[in-house]
Amino acid sequence: MPPLSLNRRSFIAGSSVLLASTALPTIGFAQAVQKGGRLIVAADSEPRNLNPAIVASNGVFFIASKVIEPLAEASYEGEDGLAPRLATSWEGSDDGLSVTFKLRENVKWHDGSAFSSNDVAFSALNVWKPLQNLGRTIFKDLEAVETPDATTAIFRFSRPTPFQLIRNALPVVSSVLPKHIYETGDIANNPANIQLVGTGPFKFAEYKPGEYYRLTRNEDYWGDDTPYLDEIIYRVLPDRGAAASALEAEEIQLAAFSMVPLADLDRISKVEGIEVISKGYEALTYQLVVEINHRRKELADLKVRQAIAHAIDRDFVVKTIFLGYAETATGPVPKNDPQFYTGDVATYPFDVAKANALLDEAGYPRNADGIRFSLKLLPAPYFNETRQFGDYLRQALATVGIEAELVNNDAAAHQKAVYTDHAFDLAIAPTVFRGDPAISTTILVQSGIPDGVPFSNQGGYKNTELDALIDKAASELDETKRTELYKEFQKLVATDLPLINVADWGFITVARTSVKNVANNPRWAVSNWADTWIET
Amino acid sequence: MNRALRLIRRRLIASIPVLAIVVLGTFFLLEAAPGDAVDAYAASLGGDAGLSADLRAQWGLDQSVWGRLAAYLYALAHLDFGRSVIFSRPNLDVILERLPNTLLLMGSATALSFGLGSLLGIWAGAKPGSLRDRLLSVGSLAIYAVPGFWLGLVLIVIFAVQLRWLPLSGIETIASSKEGFARAGDIALHLILPVGALGLIYLALYLRMMRAGMTEVWRTDYVLAARARGLPRRRIVLRHVARNALTPLVTMLGVQSAAMLGGSVVIESVFSIPGLGRLAQESVAGRDTSLLLGIILISAVVVILINLIVDLAYALLDPRVGASEVQS
Repeated sequence: MPPLSLNRRSFIAGSSVLLASTALPTIGFAQAVQKGGRLIVAADSEPRNLNPAIVASNGVFFIASKVIEPLAEASYEGEDGLAPRLATSWEGSDDGLSVTFKLRENVKWHDGSAFSSNDVAFSALNVWKPLQNLGRTIFKDLEAVETPDATTAIFRFSRPTPFQLIRNALPVVSSVLPKHIYETGDIANNPANIQLVGTGPFKFAEYKPGEYYRLTRNEDYWGDDTPYLDEIIYRVLPDRGAAASALEAEEIQLAAFSMVPLADLDRISKVEGIEVISKGYEALTYQLVVEINHRRKELADLKVRQAIAHAIDRDFVVKTIFLGYAETATGPVPKNDPQFYTGDVATYPFDVAKANALLDEAGYPRNADGIRFSLKLLPAPYFNETRQFGDYLRQALATVGIEAELVNNDAAAHQKAVYTDHAFDLAIAPTVFRGDPAISTTILVQSGIPDGVPFSNQGGYKNTELDALIDKAASELDETKRTELYKEFQKLVATDLPLINVADWGFITVARTSVKNVANNPRWAVSNWADTWIET
Repeated sequence: MNRALRLIRRRLIASIPVLAIVVLGTFFLLEAAPGDAVDAYAASLGGDAGLSADLRAQWGLDQSVWGRLAAYLYALAHLDFGRSVIFSRPNLDVILERLPNTLLLMGSATALSFGLGSLLGIWAGAKPGSLRDRLLSVGSLAIYAVPGFWLGLVLIVIFAVQLRWLPLSGIETIASSKEGFARAGDIALHLILPVGALGLIYLALYLRMMRAGMTEVWRTDYVLAARARGLPRRRIVLRHVARNALTPLVTMLGVQSAAMLGGSVVIESVFSIPGLGRLAQESVAGRDTSLLLGIILISAVVVILINLIVDLAYALLDPRVGASEVQS
């Protein structure tokens, strides 16, 4: 049915109307779902361990989230930003010592066994708490999981744990494993860590190293009618340029996680049948951060840090490096976070004169060559944008008389130099905001963290007031008060600048327009794709 | 044939110290690179301090350098190549899975560049200084000057994206369940572009060498004598000039096939072919010492074997070769 009633006169009135009428059917109204088909997507890495309950990282979730499900998934419209998956409801006790999950009934594992609360208890106590990169922190006080019946799991904590934190972390930390497959033998070396067995809409069918992963439709999936697709194939394309040409040649239909470089987006968005989508990554926002080594006496001076913050033109960074696909940052929580963000903090507008004045005030005058002092700058190598920002920051610092020597390392060398050896003055990190500051944000500025912890405060920064605030928020059970504490936290970080937040960015998905229901939740690329379908 | 057998024996004995140097050199080079496998892994992971310590213990990285070297050499002496930490599978499985792809790519590209290169070289060298000679020289040099990845990308854009005649990447159609001849044809189709890119670049090398060799030979007395005897030109070109100009090409073939093993890293990445070059790159990035050692050892063995075959071919082409070596 045409979306507009057009009579003959209006039809011939102008070519613009004609254009609109031919364009509308593809964008106008909801279409009937078509079932079946094979979706081929680009993958740029092959994780050594594909088990999302052990390795809670986006690279793993991208593939594994279709097979192994969490208790709840992030959602645009759901209450508290969550949609139920294996749990149908969740409730925290007032004393913060327990959380009760009601679990979904009639769910089967891919091998036919029934899913029950025992699987949840096993996953929580034997995998999330002792083995998982994020769970080790979030569930550190988890003492026991009671299973009064097959569809109830009660988590008991030894110390009050904010329910808000558990809830915010659910999509990331709560992937449930089948107890009957993991209870014997070493969990870390179980073959099911690659040959995944889950409850999700897709079953793990095949992995050809260096070539592809293949997932097939789970006929017994608990969701009505879903999944729509017959197969999902992850095609391994290690070259940065490969995804764009593969999309154009229709060898793949979707490339997520900015696998098509930003510089190619303008061109590829003009190709017929391809669209560029910047939605669907709101719950996995990456942050462009300047890490500071406070052991350097110049950088231990707040005025110098303020000067550096003033020397950075954030708008320029967003426009030129991210080509507009980013947002300037004011502090350690990104603007798109619905719960915690506050913009009511000290800001550092781009002001070279002020930066120079601050540096003069701090007692670092320019020498005969116009240089105040020299620094070692280590940009993280993981993204084009972090490397490019390294080049930019070097120039920006030069305008205020700070000479920065760029040190470019590969991933392993960068990790060791910054987080173990502290062999840096400034470093550029792509940290991740995971929906709650307690998951992976406060660790960036907290003191007393042992050497070698990746993406943590390794700059020797210590602020007792900030530490006290972080500790207080970590055990604050009242949600309003807890949120307020994290607003305080943002203010304090923005004032004292233990690090400098420059910009926040989400990734870009490029897909053929025939792929439907793309980016319909804030963790779309790492969600289960049960409702994704292809128009033929 | 006795001569050939002795040559083989001598070469095999000489290869043992070569392999030992390769193993030790690689081990210490990677040891000198900052960061270990856990650092590389942590970059994609985050996590707390205990996690890194646990992983180091699990992967055997908590021992000293010498302890790890001793353990590796002990296992190697029992023909055990160890387990890859980045793939968490046995190294030998990972390597053998990819070796055929690289050999296929390398072999086809070498055959293309050697075959076509020497033929064109003969054609150009038959009439040095002619228009076709100059065109071929300039054209081949131009292609030789082009970086491999760029040529690969250009071929992709033209033949896979614009014209859609050929598949874009990969070694075969994914998850196609093709068997037998259908599968072989599929693989051949996928190989056209990468082999073309790799082969075209090295083509110039053989072409120019063949041509240069032929211009040299044209000036020799026996060619003059052959011409004076009134032999047909065609016969002089093929039997007298080309044959004598061919020997240095065979040497080049040996040297070049070793270089191609490494040169295919770029082509393998651009065309997403799971081969040894890409694997080596991944193992360095992931600081997977034992996997890299395995790749280098096996590549070294392949190179030694190729050189042995080249030497044998050389001995067949030129009876003087190897004779002195056997006498001494």
